[in-house]
Amino acid sequence: MEKSYIVKQISIFSENRPGRLAAIAGALRDAGINIFAFSIAEADGFGVVRALVDRPEDAHRTLTDLGFRVSFTDVIGVKMRDEPGGLSDIAALLGDAGINIEYAYAYSGKDEAVLILRVDQVEDAVRQILDRGGELLKASLSR
Amino acid sequence: METIRPDELADLQLKRLKWSLHQAQKVGLYQRKFKEAGISPDDIRTLDDVQKLPFTYKQELRAGYPFGLFAVPMKEIVRIHTTSGTTGKPTVVGYTRQDLDNWSDLIARNMTMIGLGEDDIFQNAVNYGLFTGGLGFHYGAEKIGMTVIPSATGNTRRQIEMIEDFGVTAIHCTPSYALHLAEVAESMGKTLETLKTGIFGAEPWSESMRVELERRLGVKAYDSYGLSEMYGPGVAFECPERNGLHIWHDCYLAEIIDPETGERLAPGERGELVITPLVKEALPLIRYRTGDVTRLMDDECACGRGCKIERITGRSDDMLVIRGINVFPSQIEHVLRALPEVGEQFIVYIDRVKHLDEMTIEVEMSRAGFSGELQELARMQKGIAGELHNTLGLRTAVKLVEPGSLPRFEGKAKRVIDRRGVL
Repeated sequence: MEKSYIVKQISIFSENRPGRLAAIAGALRDAGINIFAFSIAEADGFGVVRALVDRPEDAHRTLTDLGFRVSFTDVIGVKMRDEPGGLSDIAALLGDAGINIEYAYAYSGKDEAVLILRVDQVEDAVRQILDRGGELLKASLSR
Repeated sequence: METIRPDELADLQLKRLKWSLHQAQKVGLYQRKFKEAGISPDDIRTLDDVQKLPFTYKQELRAGYPFGLFAVPMKEIVRIHTTSGTTGKPTVVGYTRQDLDNWSDLIARNMTMIGLGEDDIFQNAVNYGLFTGGLGFHYGAEKIGMTVIPSATGNTRRQIEMIEDFGVTAIHCTPSYALHLAEVAESMGKTLETLKTGIFGAEPWSESMRVELERRLGVKAYDSYGLSEMYGPGVAFECPERNGLHIWHDCYLAEIIDPETGERLAPGERGELVITPLVKEALPLIRYRTGDVTRLMDDECACGRGCKIERITGRSDDMLVIRGINVFPSQIEHVLRALPEVGEQFIVYIDRVKHLDEMTIEVEMSRAGFSGELQELARMQKGIAGELHNTLGLRTAVKLVEPGSLPRFEGKAKRVIDRRGVL
């Protein structure tokens, strides 16, 4: 049951130079893949583009075929109220649950805001959040 | 000895060549090589006969690792130095007591030639240890009674304080470190008044660098040439004319050959320097291929000493000299190929940043190498640099790049881009 809340994020290795994001985004556009959320993390000369998409398997294949180094990473999406205090509530919940965040990014959509989390003990984190009344994004949102 | 008459020199060289051949005959490698070439040491009756002898290559020295090429029993070896090798195994050079004496005599000769002596205070700012430049100069300078400061490398501010506080008159270091010293001294507002002589070696440097070094350090700059296989520094050295280096013909028989055909070139033509050392006991070598490109200068030197070689203009192989350390691209390749996280291609860039050589290696990552985590990549990058440091003895900057992003080559790959500018 925890598994149904584990979302497959695609992580793409990218050099830190102009045009790389355009190449990735263009490839996903051409394959008709929609991006819900994404972030770029940067270190010394290169970066990792992280994205939640509607068809992760297809995105993985498309980008790999183009020569990108792509991998799946398990993340979870915690729903937040899209109003003042929304993040504060969730952050307090995560803190109470003792969940250690490796990285996080967020999006604010039409209906809700979502905080995407990469944590070390993902199934445990899912349980803890649900037990404390948190709401999680269903993995089935992405096929 | 320095101004010996040509005919006397030739007699001495022949006598010493014959001795060296017999010394070489004690080494398995040379017994084999002479046999293969169908030649015995007694067939060498004139200096020109040396052309009948087979060459010795650096790979053969490495294959003899560690002590396979020594011509004397270990109890007679009193010192070991090593140089970096292309496959991780270094070349080992052994010295008998007589070898150390010969070597320090040569250094002493060089330093006397440029007017140094017991009134001088000498800072030897090179790596002490397995690198021959440290102990080599140290003992030569002591021999002529100089006051030697074995400052070695590092802690540049302290080096500058010592020059000022001890009244250092002469310094030995790599040319790139000399420029770094100049820069730091300027930033400290130090003028290094006492410093008059700079001896620079272990890496190639240009005439424009000479002008800059002399202007900023207030020294007269001299070029020093040597290689560990021939003891170390001291093989050839500039006299005060500073137009070419006097190679010491009583100790080294020099030939210039076409590196492709192995044929000896006409006097004055530029080619690979091949040296047969004439007084080496522990590690005799016959027609050793130095890989260094130069020519024999036939014009007489105003100082009256013998025939000079031109300043080294390059390499006949792909060896790189980075901050005084010899690096072959094949070494880098060897390290990278052994790492699963590294893909097919890499490119080495060499730059001079603030007068110091910097090597950056762009490495394509492999399919296996990507977990999706940024920290993992940073760790991988650090790990690759660590492996390279272990093998090369050199700090490098490793940059991971996307697979397929580096140029592919048909035929011979050009994996090294030296951007240090024309020497």
